[in-house]
Amino acid sequence: MDVRLSPEQVALKETARKLAQTLCPGNVSDLDDTERAAKLDAAVTSSGWRQLRLPDDEPGTPLASGVEAAIVAEELARALADTSYLGPLLAGDLARRAGLEDVDATTFALTSDLAHLARVPTSDAAETVAVDAGGSASALVLEPSRNGYELRTVELRPSVIRTDLTRPLAGVATAPVPVEGAAELSEDDVTAWTALALAMLSADLVGVMRGAVELARDYALVREQYGTTIGSFQAVQHLIAEAHVAAEGSYSLALHAAWAADVLTPREALLAARHAKAFSSRAALTVCETAIQVHGGIGNTWECMAHVYLRRGLHSSDILGGAGASLAFVLAQHGLKGGDDGLR
Amino acid sequence: MDYGDSPAEAQFRSGLRAWLAENNPGLPASSTSDEYWAGQAPWHRALYDAGYFGISWPESVGGRGLPSVYDVILDEELAAAGAPPRPSVGYLVQGILRHAGDDVRQRFLPGIVSGRERWCQGFSEPDAGSDLAVLRTRADRDGDDYVINGHKVWTSYSDQADWCLVLARTDQDAPKHKGISAFAVRMDQPGVQQRPLRMINGITREFGEVTFDGARARAVDMVGEPGEGWRLAMTVVSHEREPGELGFVSRYAKAVKELAQLAREDRAAYTEEDLHTLGWALVGTEMLRLHVRRRLSDRLDGITHGPEGSVDKVLMTQVEQQVAHAALKASRVHPDHEEDTWMKMYLYSRAQSVMGGTAQIQRNLIATRILGLPPS
Repeated sequence: MDVRLSPEQVALKETARKLAQTLCPGNVSDLDDTERAAKLDAAVTSSGWRQLRLPDDEPGTPLASGVEAAIVAEELARALADTSYLGPLLAGDLARRAGLEDVDATTFALTSDLAHLARVPTSDAAETVAVDAGGSASALVLEPSRNGYELRTVELRPSVIRTDLTRPLAGVATAPVPVEGAAELSEDDVTAWTALALAMLSADLVGVMRGAVELARDYALVREQYGTTIGSFQAVQHLIAEAHVAAEGSYSLALHAAWAADVLTPREALLAARHAKAFSSRAALTVCETAIQVHGGIGNTWECMAHVYLRRGLHSSDILGGAGASLAFVLAQHGLKGGDDGLR
Repeated sequence: MDYGDSPAEAQFRSGLRAWLAENNPGLPASSTSDEYWAGQAPWHRALYDAGYFGISWPESVGGRGLPSVYDVILDEELAAAGAPPRPSVGYLVQGILRHAGDDVRQRFLPGIVSGRERWCQGFSEPDAGSDLAVLRTRADRDGDDYVINGHKVWTSYSDQADWCLVLARTDQDAPKHKGISAFAVRMDQPGVQQRPLRMINGITREFGEVTFDGARARAVDMVGEPGEGWRLAMTVVSHEREPGELGFVSRYAKAVKELAQLAREDRAAYTEEDLHTLGWALVGTEMLRLHVRRRLSDRLDGITHGPEGSVDKVLMTQVEQQVAHAALKASRVHPDHEEDTWMKMYLYSRAQSVMGGTAQIQRNLIATRILGLPPS
């Protein structure tokens, strides 16, 4: 038992952090800077991070572990990266599980409440929505088959920004078509994928919390009231300290979930991921609201970055079910709620 | 990185599991019963004699010199077996290890580690709690001894202690943090009086208050250098803040497992809100278990403690109080429960946000020492 990051993982974290700090939006108006966004997109493209879960030379093994994928997810969220990552990463993971070397679709689609991976024809196309769809022309969906699921792709409508200002959503434009050469996915495959996806979303939430805490801390160090910086007031210090604690606790669960995604059985990995998602979804809401409060009046304006964190946190919480759904799953595992199979 | 057991860890775990199957004393939880405190000394010695106590401490003082992550395995297996948690003396051991000379270490640590000698901690005073530096107990040199006068409170386990680690002012003129020294003081001497403190849940054997009225400590039993008492105290309290040092993870895991079992048995009595409370206790307990694994793994780099201990303390407090809120429900479902164990656990949990430095003090430390905010 040694849960420290390896030197390679520490190096990856530093690389991702540096890249994100250089190219991610530094303020709200940067979100409209298309030249910067294109540079960020190009840098993430050339990093190869979106392909981390495609197959390695060794059959069945991804290029990188869930922990490495989570490291990148956390750092990109921390800097509010407005480029796709989880969409293509998780589409790649589904493709690998279906025995593919690569896949054209660069994201996946969910039911309209974002709670579940879309299953056609059960989910109506009108009720299907692709997440992290920036630059995606098509998305993966599942079609139940005799022994499990088959992969299908749907073409997407142009993407739109909704709650989250950094990752757009897209509607579905066409009927699903089979993915050539894809093997059937088993129930276990889908469970394992869901566990990975929840772990990545938890890592994203940890990044959101870390970024929001830093934003609040930095502001508290410069903003003066009553002749002194507000960061010297205990009332303000305690808010930010509590937010930091929430991020630390979330990280402890998210790191384990990312590890579990590759090592434990699909059911165990899913339980680990549900613990992480429950805790981090609840914590992220409080932490981001705290960041707004610490900013006072300015925190309630469009120009303050705090709401960009809050919006991203809300969106990552919603994807595949937030605190409530995850808590229900945990309770079901303890025999305290029925019908856990519908809760994936 | 790996959350799984290495072959050596797996072997340790299975040996421990087999031993626990035969040797679980089945004591009630520490926070609910005097019976636990009465049975703690034999439990400590049984664990030690079987090779399951002090396992991460140096062999030179009776430990096994294993990495701290073995403590995680111990705590997990104690919880799984429903056994009592390991006695919390680690913070004293860490303080003495770090600050005392070899001579004092060798004189005292093997006895503490093995449980042959019981110790209490004489730090807090009626007017010096979280602001420990204003303590008034004094120690004045008299030949080869120091003479100690003062009043200590929250002296854990003082009723059964052979020794007390006392902080006392040895230099009245030095700045308040600098004039304090630490001593090992025998409890069975005429100048020492112990009185139990009855806690809000009725427990009388965990805490006491102690008065020193001309008690004597040998100068050679000073722990650390003269004036080093404050630094020693900071080492001790920072370890006292770490759930990995205290073994509290096993306490919460055991409790929440029992609470889930009770809820399953009497499912109809639980509202949706009750289930949510219990659910968050389950999630929080798992968080703390994994958080401790992360922290104890960091020790493999030789990092033993620091301001991060305050983060751990706040998380531990939140989890204990979450579990305790779930316990309140169990107390209501079993109103005829003779001992009212769950109500006692709930009442006890209020202390967690006070002991070892209040939750507010921890937040001050996190804000200034981790986040770099200016002192208030």
